[in-house]
Amino acid sequence: MSPKKTVKRSFRHTKWFKALTAGLWQDHPTFCMVLGLCSILAITNRMGNAIAMGLGVTFCIVFSSFFVSLFRNVIPSRVRMLAYMVIIATFVICVDRFLKAYFPPISEELGPYVGLIITNCIIMGRAEAYAIKNGPLLSVLDGLGCGIGYTLMLILMALVRETIGFGTLLGYRVMSGSWVNWVVMTIAPGAFFLLGVYMWIFRTIAKKTEA
Amino acid sequence: MNATNPLILLVAAIFTHNIALVYILGMCPFIVISRNFKTAMGMGVAIIFVVTLTAIIIWPIYWLILVPAKAEIVSYLIFIIVIAATVQLLEMIIEKFFPPLQSSFGIFLPLITVNCIVLAVCLFMVLRKYDFIQTVFYSLGTSAGWALAIIIMAAIKEKMMLVSDVPNGLRGAGITMIIAGLLAFAFMGFAGMITLQ
Repeated sequence: MSPKKTVKRSFRHTKWFKALTAGLWQDHPTFCMVLGLCSILAITNRMGNAIAMGLGVTFCIVFSSFFVSLFRNVIPSRVRMLAYMVIIATFVICVDRFLKAYFPPISEELGPYVGLIITNCIIMGRAEAYAIKNGPLLSVLDGLGCGIGYTLMLILMALVRETIGFGTLLGYRVMSGSWVNWVVMTIAPGAFFLLGVYMWIFRTIAKKTEA
Repeated sequence: MNATNPLILLVAAIFTHNIALVYILGMCPFIVISRNFKTAMGMGVAIIFVVTLTAIIIWPIYWLILVPAKAEIVSYLIFIIVIAATVQLLEMIIEKFFPPLQSSFGIFLPLITVNCIVLAVCLFMVLRKYDFIQTVFYSLGTSAGWALAIIIMAAIKEKMMLVSDVPNGLRGAGITMIIAGLLAFAFMGFAGMITLQ
């Protein structure tokens, strides 16, 4: 066996790698934990919005996990929820201001959903389940993994919804001229059905079922 | 200021602009807590109470303190602190003065702090510049609409568990999504009756 392969394998068994990849498959925020569904369903009718939302959420998870983990010995456990919320809200304000300044159309379209990142359960969930018990670096990796997993999910939803619903992708026309838009995909029912079907597919592949 | 009649706003918030099935907010409890009719009922009532109360508290804080002080940038922070404090206070009051309510109602309160609906109502009310009376009706309507949606969902799921044979991969969250999609279709029937900007 070549030395390179050994190095790779040993890296794959470190806790660092595990922390990073847990959020991508076996602890995926949407399929396994069923968290953060509001933005997955509500803003994925356009690819641009989905990417902006994904990056915003990833930024918030990484930084809030880092700070929660840094202060984990100082935060009294009775008020820890409030402490998480204050930390998360600070970063959400950063994201909100950034979008308003550099991408006003996206900020306009996302509207209150940017502010609602605060109550996105994924961020709070990672803080409570992981960051409060582990060191800052591991928590950052874990947050990054979850954020990437979440962003991929948003992109998967938007890919189908924008293509079928508007006939475009990132604003460019991809469907032929005679394509009739499925308006229902751009509003609530389409989002519910699509996520239901995705869940069916992924859970069947992962052989993960609930009663 | 926005000039919509408060009563129209109430109806709109329950049916045409239902927060769960049109705006798709408050999904986590909607999917997870809707297994049992009784629990869904408790959660719905708790939400109606908390949302209306926090909206009534936050409206004066935003328009009478934050706007004159030009401190809108920290409004998210203030909102969530007020929400968390209100919920905590409510929990303590119930524990102290109404112990019988504790078992049916109190257990849902900590969950509500992280619920998007409470924050969403505050954000929408600020965004659309509602006055105080409109805010009261809007928050009442929105939370009642959410309660209606979760109660319908719980009733369907309870019946479904007795008789249906759902494919393995679709059980749990998957089938809930499909039912929610059908419900959203039904609520689309109300669309167009009232238009809010």
